[in-house]
Amino acid sequence: MEYLIGIQGPDYVLVAADNVAASSIIQMKHDYDKMFKLSEKILLLCVGEAGDTVQFAEYIQKNVQLYKMRNGYELSPSAAANFTRKNLADYLRSRTPYHVNLLLAGHDESDGPGLFYMDYMASLAKAPFAAHGYGAFLTLSILDRYYRPGRSRETLSIENNSVRLIDKDGIHDMEKITLTAK
Amino acid sequence: MALSDYCLLERLKTSQTNCGDPQHIFMPPFPQATPFISRRTSRFGPPNHVLTVQRPFPLSHGTTTLGFIFQGGVIAAADTRASAGGLVACPAVHKITPIHSHLVVTSSGSGADCMLWERILIREIRLYELRHKRRLSIRASAKLLSCMLHPFKGTDVCVALTLGPRVIYVCSDGARLQGDIISVGSGSPYAYGVLDGGLSWSLSKEEAISLAREAVFRATHRDAYSGNNVDLFHIDAQVQQVKQCKYVRSQRLRD
Repeated sequence: MEYLIGIQGPDYVLVAADNVAASSIIQMKHDYDKMFKLSEKILLLCVGEAGDTVQFAEYIQKNVQLYKMRNGYELSPSAAANFTRKNLADYLRSRTPYHVNLLLAGHDESDGPGLFYMDYMASLAKAPFAAHGYGAFLTLSILDRYYRPGRSRETLSIENNSVRLIDKDGIHDMEKITLTAK
Repeated sequence: MALSDYCLLERLKTSQTNCGDPQHIFMPPFPQATPFISRRTSRFGPPNHVLTVQRPFPLSHGTTTLGFIFQGGVIAAADTRASAGGLVACPAVHKITPIHSHLVVTSSGSGADCMLWERILIREIRLYELRHKRRLSIRASAKLLSCMLHPFKGTDVCVALTLGPRVIYVCSDGARLQGDIISVGSGSPYAYGVLDGGLSWSLSKEEAISLAREAVFRATHRDAYSGNNVDLFHIDAQVQQVKQCKYVRSQRLRD
């Protein structure tokens, strides 16, 4: 089962996703990247049905880049999230809906960091922390208990596979954390 | 479950797709049919995967194909049985097709769909080469096939492309994965078991060929829908057909 998590801090957003691409019981890939870079400061994390994720995420990615080419400036994270949600909603009642669950994380110069939760029913919520997948059931309660808005980045500890951090300087790869059997 | 039967509670439906979406359990009942089922009803009923026994997991391509990369290039291997339900429709089918001087395609799923899409891919690659005067790259070929298959999500085609120095898996439900070892089909778990144990980067060409042959042989031994012979291809700079129609039955089981 695929898992995404995002946590917003005072001046950063931390996102992490698992790296497994599975087909029923077989793990086909151990190093599959689920994060799509929409712009220098926006990341889209996408899980869901096999082909829909890549097709939809790349469609959004190219459209955001096209906006920048046409207008000369980038979409803000909030605008990108609403654009994504609009596309999900438009396709929802068509013959080919996209079955994808998304987290969009970005840093805006005026609004600061933002984390947006979207699911396949085209809902959108700006949240301080969010997660998708079966792991969400477990981690959301932990985050409810321990999350504080002003937490500095050094005190975070997440065990997951592929972690990225977004702040005013852009997107930074953090080290890949893997669980090792002891 | 006894209590739920006693209470005449309808069994909760969970999503059958890869993500196993837990939100389906809590979804409020819609007055019309759920929007995601409509795509699945457009199956063309391919004969390859009509199963008489309920499987615990939805692997439904009656074949074993595999591809892996090593220091000497790429090996592609497949069995040669075409099954239609319980019938062996043809014991000598070519599931590996060279589609370019450096590209080879292994196919699984519906035989007719695979043949059609192979020919379409050959045509598109050749057209690109003629129009742009350069060869289409391997990942671009895979992406082209994936984008062409995307509108046909109901068809039961599953194509594992093994190309040049890359092995890419393209599926009719839209998945496109690049990896080092890919195996597709009902016999793929058995093949993965052998490959995961024996594969390393530094294999020689003969060792890699025998490993691929062994993996397909073990899969055909255990899987009812794979069998007969083993086709093997080794791709280096050009496609070289290594061994064809190796009779699997005459192999002695090694201890």
